[in-house]
Amino acid sequence: MKDYDIVIIGGGPAGLAAAVSAKQHGIDSILIIERDRELGGILNQCIHNGFGLHTFKEELTGPEYADRFIRQVDQLQIEYKLNTMVMDIGPDKRVTAMNREEGMFEIRAKAVILAMGCRERPRGALNIPGYRPAGIYSAGTAQRLVNMEGYMPGREVVILGSGDIGLIMARRMTLEGAKVKVVAELMPYSGGLKRNIVQCLDDYGIPLKLSHTVVDIKGKERVEGVTLAQVDERGTPIAGTEEFYSCDTLLLSVGLIPENELSRGMGVEIDPVTSGPKVNESLETNMDGVFACGNVLHVHDLVDYVSQEAAAAGRNAADYVIDARNTDSCVRAGSAEDGGEQEIVLKPVSGVRYTVPSVIRAVHMDEELTVRFRVDDVYRDCYVSAYFDDERVIRKRRQIVAPGEMEEVKLTREQILQHPDLKTITFTVEEA
Amino acid sequence: MYDVIIIGAGVSGAAAARELSRYQAKICVIDKEEDVCCGTSKANSAIVHAGYDAVPGSLKAKLNVRGNELMGGLAKELDFPFERRGSLVLCLSEDDMFGLQELYDRGVANGVKDMRILSRDEVLRMEPNVTDKVYAALYAPTAGIVCPFGLNIALAENACENGVEFKFDTEVEEIRKLDEGYELDTSRGILRAKYVVNAAGVYADRFHNMVSDRKIHITARRGDYCLLDKETGGHVGRTIFALPGKLGKGVLVTPTIHGNLLVGPTAVDVEDKEAVNTTSEGLKQLLEKAGISVKNIPAKQVITSFAGLRAHEDGGDFIIGEAEDAKGFIDCAGIESPGIASCPAIGEMIAEILRDRMGLQKKEHFIPTRRGITNPNALSMEERNAMIIENPAYGNIVCRCEMVTEGEIIDAIRRPIGAKSLDGVKRRTRAGMGRCQSGFCAPRVMEILARECGVSMFDITKSGGESQLVVGTNKDMI
Repeated sequence: MKDYDIVIIGGGPAGLAAAVSAKQHGIDSILIIERDRELGGILNQCIHNGFGLHTFKEELTGPEYADRFIRQVDQLQIEYKLNTMVMDIGPDKRVTAMNREEGMFEIRAKAVILAMGCRERPRGALNIPGYRPAGIYSAGTAQRLVNMEGYMPGREVVILGSGDIGLIMARRMTLEGAKVKVVAELMPYSGGLKRNIVQCLDDYGIPLKLSHTVVDIKGKERVEGVTLAQVDERGTPIAGTEEFYSCDTLLLSVGLIPENELSRGMGVEIDPVTSGPKVNESLETNMDGVFACGNVLHVHDLVDYVSQEAAAAGRNAADYVIDARNTDSCVRAGSAEDGGEQEIVLKPVSGVRYTVPSVIRAVHMDEELTVRFRVDDVYRDCYVSAYFDDERVIRKRRQIVAPGEMEEVKLTREQILQHPDLKTITFTVEEA
Repeated sequence: MYDVIIIGAGVSGAAAARELSRYQAKICVIDKEEDVCCGTSKANSAIVHAGYDAVPGSLKAKLNVRGNELMGGLAKELDFPFERRGSLVLCLSEDDMFGLQELYDRGVANGVKDMRILSRDEVLRMEPNVTDKVYAALYAPTAGIVCPFGLNIALAENACENGVEFKFDTEVEEIRKLDEGYELDTSRGILRAKYVVNAAGVYADRFHNMVSDRKIHITARRGDYCLLDKETGGHVGRTIFALPGKLGKGVLVTPTIHGNLLVGPTAVDVEDKEAVNTTSEGLKQLLEKAGISVKNIPAKQVITSFAGLRAHEDGGDFIIGEAEDAKGFIDCAGIESPGIASCPAIGEMIAEILRDRMGLQKKEHFIPTRRGITNPNALSMEERNAMIIENPAYGNIVCRCEMVTEGEIIDAIRRPIGAKSLDGVKRRTRAGMGRCQSGFCAPRVMEILARECGVSMFDITKSGGESQLVVGTNKDMI
């Protein structure tokens, strides 16, 4: 059995940035395990531009953005395995993986970084009624077929869901010669970025129907059409509003689910709101030495934030390994089990759905900590506030916040230390 | 001229073919679809009922109990997944106890073994997620769950191995009585046989009525189902029924043999015998009804929904035997629930009828066993590695959700009556049947199918016919 200091599960944007960061923070023994044919994850099929504005101050395509990190991984001589599936991670951080060349094998890790990303919600999760013909694809599957393999999944397209992948694919299918008839969105607002609605739908004259859903799929062998209907506030279709669209393809962009089957299997506690692990300020899960970052932790809107978050996870994992090296036991001095430190709970209330992290231990905090979260509705002209127990400490004026865009609030260690008996920090959206 | 043509490659037709393949005879199974297990057999509850439901003395009663008895041995011989998990019929009120007692008495009359009526406490100890309103339950430990595809495919493969011919995409249009035997006009030309077995599911009345004046009538009774993520598979350990009502057995909640949770079916009579579309009312009703017997069903964990059609004959019983006014035409009609449980006995019965009628002689070299596709997840690491050294394709995971390897998919395509479509691969290996519903693996499986079958990506279908998955290459429409 091979030993590594840090094993990173997933070679997408999160895994790559975490690896680079861990290496830069003094760890040499790192292994990235990637199940696909190449590093870069889902970025490889995101051939549109708009990546890296924050990180590199220039507009890159997905593969270009990935390439920046892959080059660093190569330069830093970080080890990775491709076409390798992690089958299981034990609570003792023993990783069982498999590929064609080596068969099934085990690796022992001092620290594990979970960076498996997410998957798309399938049709069944929405219980969309109708037939089950060919021509129903999740938007990401269609994106892979078109952008990486060169195949068109259909010619006349209806898209359900206005998540970013759905919006991007509306433009992509149009550019490749298909007719995108409509994008329907169940909610009264889009789940995607504003810029994508403008650049991918408006610019091509593709209608976006908010508060609409698919109520029937016609076609026994191949899709022949779908029926859309308007929905009420509870999302229930309103009788009499049905409208039939003939098409041969239905693309679904109806949400992403963090892929935490391996995490659950090893005993990582999952937040029911994010479907990702619950983490502390170090992005460490309830399992000692197991960190999480990127879309496996919570679904992000921009890859730049994934990279930032993953860099923090990589650095924290490196610190964890170095600390463990310096102490005899694997338990770090002053870790939660010793009761030597105070945990501050981060609590999302009215308007805020969740926060990452969900607890902070001030002693382990950097100078500054970014708390990321999403809101549950569109709010205009509002404040995003943080209360330290009952005292309002942060109040950010926002013109608009929306569920499709991730929000962040930065906390400083100084702020926390100024409140010695702090128990709870509450995050909320307030009317201006 | 065949000795026997069997119309329909569902569980009944395949079971009949397998049992007949013990004898010296030229047999052909034909089906209008591209594969076995494409109709009623693929979309049902996958329950091997114990046998207390049917009226004593009916064919359903007799064949269910016999089929249930045979299923364990058959699963071993033909290597398909089957487990006797037991079933509970819940009674929610003291007033309904007569109904439960009646079921018990029927079971005893039908020869069902080891049944017991359990008290509320016993039920809740056994199944903590059953509704708190439960008053008592009928427990039948002999009930089981099976992989319906595995069962159907195993029967067909074994029949094939023993010399039965299979013709797919072959739809019967007309049947004519000849002086000796029958002539079938099909979408692929004329076929003749001395004997015909009519195992055509919801279409069995159409074919029967072509040759017989004693008309039968089959109603397609649609049932919607929801399948839940494997995470929920342990929600109940046994098949949970509610006391039967007029339109069937209510909504059952059951673990599947592969560890998912299955809820269903509804019961709606439909005109169109291809109408396997789910409806929003149906799916809504389903989850509500399931809540009557089992609490806290995690409805958010539904990964797919589907509908199947039961072939309900007006008389309410299976019709198995030679049509009185059509010599040599053997009906196997009205096979609705408990068809899956009964199929081993249905096969046996049809083979006996034809053996006696035709004076068939046993083959010398009948092969009674068949090896299924190896499930590497059931092997030890050493065994698995030995397999990968021999064939590296077993080291390549294609379906991430169900952990299906390329090796299994290649086996599914290359074996007798191999998979030709995405759904064919799915039914044989479970690739695409998991929580992402083929989002990740569909393009990979298409690629393997194209390579193995020597066809282009444009010819790969979801399930035969016009169900092509990709329609062109980039920019070819510009």
